[in-house]
Amino acid sequence: MKIIYCDALIIGGGLAGLRAAVAAQKKGLNAIVLSLVPVKRSHSAAAQGGMQASLGNSKMADGDNEDLHFSDTVKGSDWGCDQEVARMFVHTAPKAIRELAGWGVPWSRVKEGDREAVINAKKTTITEDADRHGLITSRDFGGTKKWRTCYTADATGHTMLFGVANEALKIEVDIRDRKESISLIHENGRCYGAIVRDLITGELEAYVSKGTCISTGGYGRIFKQTTNAVICEGTGQAIALETGIATLGNMEAIQFHPTPIVPSGILLTEGCRGDGGILRDVDGHRFMPDYEPEKKELASRDVVSRRMIEHIRNGKGVPSPYGDHIWLDISILGRAHIEKNLRDVQEICQIFNGIDPADEGKKGWAPVLPMQHYSMGGIRTKKTGESQTLKGLFSCGESACWDMHGFNRLGGNSVSETVVAGMIVGNYFADYCLSNDVEIKTATVQKFLDEQDTYIDEILAYDGAENIFKIKNTMQNLMDNKVGIFRDGVRLQEAVIELEELLVKTKHITVSSKEKIGNPELEEAYRVPRMLKLALCAAHGALARTESRGAHYREDFLKRDDANWLNRSITTWPNASDTKPTLTYEEIDIMTMELPPAFRGYGAKGMIIENELSAVRQDEVDEIVEKLEAQGKDRHAIQDALMPFDLPMNYRVTNERVGDL
Amino acid sequence: MSIAKGREVTISVLKFNPRAKSSKPAFVDYVLEETPGMTLFIALMKIREEYDPDLSFDFVCRAGICGSCGMIVNGKPVLGCRTLIANYPTGKLQVMPMPAFELIKDLSVNTGKWMDDMSVKVQSWIVTNKETDISKIEERVEPEVADEVFELDRCIECGICVASCGTKLMRPDFVGAVGLNRVARFELDPHDNRTAEDFYELIGDDDGIFGCMSLMACEDHCPKHLPLQNKIAYLRRRLVALR
Repeated sequence: MKIIYCDALIIGGGLAGLRAAVAAQKKGLNAIVLSLVPVKRSHSAAAQGGMQASLGNSKMADGDNEDLHFSDTVKGSDWGCDQEVARMFVHTAPKAIRELAGWGVPWSRVKEGDREAVINAKKTTITEDADRHGLITSRDFGGTKKWRTCYTADATGHTMLFGVANEALKIEVDIRDRKESISLIHENGRCYGAIVRDLITGELEAYVSKGTCISTGGYGRIFKQTTNAVICEGTGQAIALETGIATLGNMEAIQFHPTPIVPSGILLTEGCRGDGGILRDVDGHRFMPDYEPEKKELASRDVVSRRMIEHIRNGKGVPSPYGDHIWLDISILGRAHIEKNLRDVQEICQIFNGIDPADEGKKGWAPVLPMQHYSMGGIRTKKTGESQTLKGLFSCGESACWDMHGFNRLGGNSVSETVVAGMIVGNYFADYCLSNDVEIKTATVQKFLDEQDTYIDEILAYDGAENIFKIKNTMQNLMDNKVGIFRDGVRLQEAVIELEELLVKTKHITVSSKEKIGNPELEEAYRVPRMLKLALCAAHGALARTESRGAHYREDFLKRDDANWLNRSITTWPNASDTKPTLTYEEIDIMTMELPPAFRGYGAKGMIIENELSAVRQDEVDEIVEKLEAQGKDRHAIQDALMPFDLPMNYRVTNERVGDL
Repeated sequence: MSIAKGREVTISVLKFNPRAKSSKPAFVDYVLEETPGMTLFIALMKIREEYDPDLSFDFVCRAGICGSCGMIVNGKPVLGCRTLIANYPTGKLQVMPMPAFELIKDLSVNTGKWMDDMSVKVQSWIVTNKETDISKIEERVEPEVADEVFELDRCIECGICVASCGTKLMRPDFVGAVGLNRVARFELDPHDNRTAEDFYELIGDDDGIFGCMSLMACEDHCPKHLPLQNKIAYLRRRLVALR
């Protein structure tokens, strides 16, 4: 048995995993990062538009702070998030972006003087103050009070990922790519690392560690139409689920982005609309103001996506061989702006659709349609990022349900979460590794390795008529059709039954090549059953949740039901032979909230079944605020009285802003 | 609206598994119907799902952003995901793995290890003795300077410049346009304290800035259209002036 010992094992080499590895290494631990692909090719690189951090530097961001970022995030989540985690996040985000600036991420900067911008489809002049010159600037994104999204043109994830990956190389983090973790080693309720398959040699190895952190991104590829990279198959969540001990949270909370391009599904950033781009229908009419007079194209993603589909259902879609779509018009921003700030978008339109979006008029419009984009659900953790049920297993980034996004994530909050959670969870994780020893016998490690070895032999010996690629395609299509943007009980019930059947069928395949080295079909054969388990968690959770909240929208239960559904869906998979997850719920306590449930400010009005505690807590909050304001307390003291929170390192220190000086 | 029947195209792939004793390098032809907007990514996925489940290749983002899918098509290095079949009028595409990198299998090559080694060799990170207090206002940077650094930071380390490089054929340890571009990027970055002398220590030899023969194939094929030759020439002038 090949066995590798380390202090801190990080599975997944995107932004979150790498930043967590840096945290561990800087605390003197020996950190190993395992990644399916070279880490700089992780899906983090595809984040385009930007990172939210309330620096408040530019004119349109002036006056921004943690409080506004917090309230936008909670409203965006449709009150599904953990508010304490949201507070930890918004307080650390300005530090994260300043750290990255120091690591060389070339954030776009404020330039003093006049500049032209398009706001609500009109050319507007913005005058930047001289005292802000050279500080990090920001653009507008959906669902935010201020222009808070910091960026490097539309390649923000790429520059951030290179900054963090090179920092990891600099401090000699041990990065190993083309390594796939296929099961977790655990004993007596504690995780001790993973069984890993080398994707070049096909060899199985045991990585034994004091603590393990999963940062493997989302599970978007359980859908057919998705912006996600082909590696986003959720295997990190799946191996956690397969322990039977670790739990997954809110797996039905899945975001559909309004503007992937048709038909390839490649994302065109929210920055297109943030910078002033608009959505048009078959008649060229800008329809979003008809539905959302306040936020228009910049309501939260769940709302804009639903409005687009609603408009198509009203007969206003643009017909095409790939079905009806909507037009995205950024030509009104002007060629100069597009070629500077939306370059990748322009390239994508040119290369994949033969359209130059800077061409004026209809010629430059890009066909778009909402598609799967982000997984709010994931490995359920405590505030420290540790699994609530499996000790020593941590998770951060999209793979986790830490839960700052609840049922809908705001644009710009995901890359921000990756580095912020990498800092916060990474440090708690490092502390765990510093204070806990490896206490597992090699015989136990051998047992876990043998199980996977036997499993792979079993797969190669399958002798059935089914085809693993067909099963995968069937799963993806049925997730699109039955667990998509609009959901109802009938189709969700069908989805659960069909997914169960598909899971059974994965044992009735034949893998044509019996090679253990470089055999893509074998890889599909062990990945697809794991993807099906996640799909079942999502479909099952969606079927049971008889309300509409954030991105989870039930046409047979249109209201957000705070009286009965202010909770998190928790799924486990107790027995390997089960064909369905076990579903329980974790209550969300209104009486500890800083911001009690209310209307989000966008989306349909009058669609809430109130919880009587919301008003009770709101009165309490109002009373505390009034009292402390009368005593002359500042916003930090008031916040602390409403909902105190902790952070590791010195992250709790107040963030300095030019506006406060 | 329906989709008209597409033309027949032939994708000819060099298959070889260096780790399997029985494997010998050979071209395998796959004939398929072209669909509108079909890229090499779509075509190869279709081939794997319907014709040859054993065909290995690397794609991640399939949008020209991650740099995973460098391959040689009809003699030119390209990103497979951004290669439209429609741009090949003969309907024949001969696809080979990129040279210069360790072959894993078929079209899959080990660019990750090469790029990590290169990054360490040219110290592809900020070097400074300044401590950043992350709770304080960030260091100011001239907007134009930030934009210039970003321009060079757009490199996705796909390896196409290395696969098209003549010097790399003669000098196995040459850091390539990708490595020299990284140095040029940090040389511009006001956060980095290194001097020209420091950079000379890293790349002042024939495996670095003095190895380049200015054949310019790197810039011709760079999918990000980086100003590689300009930057290499600038660095060379700057470093040659030191000795």
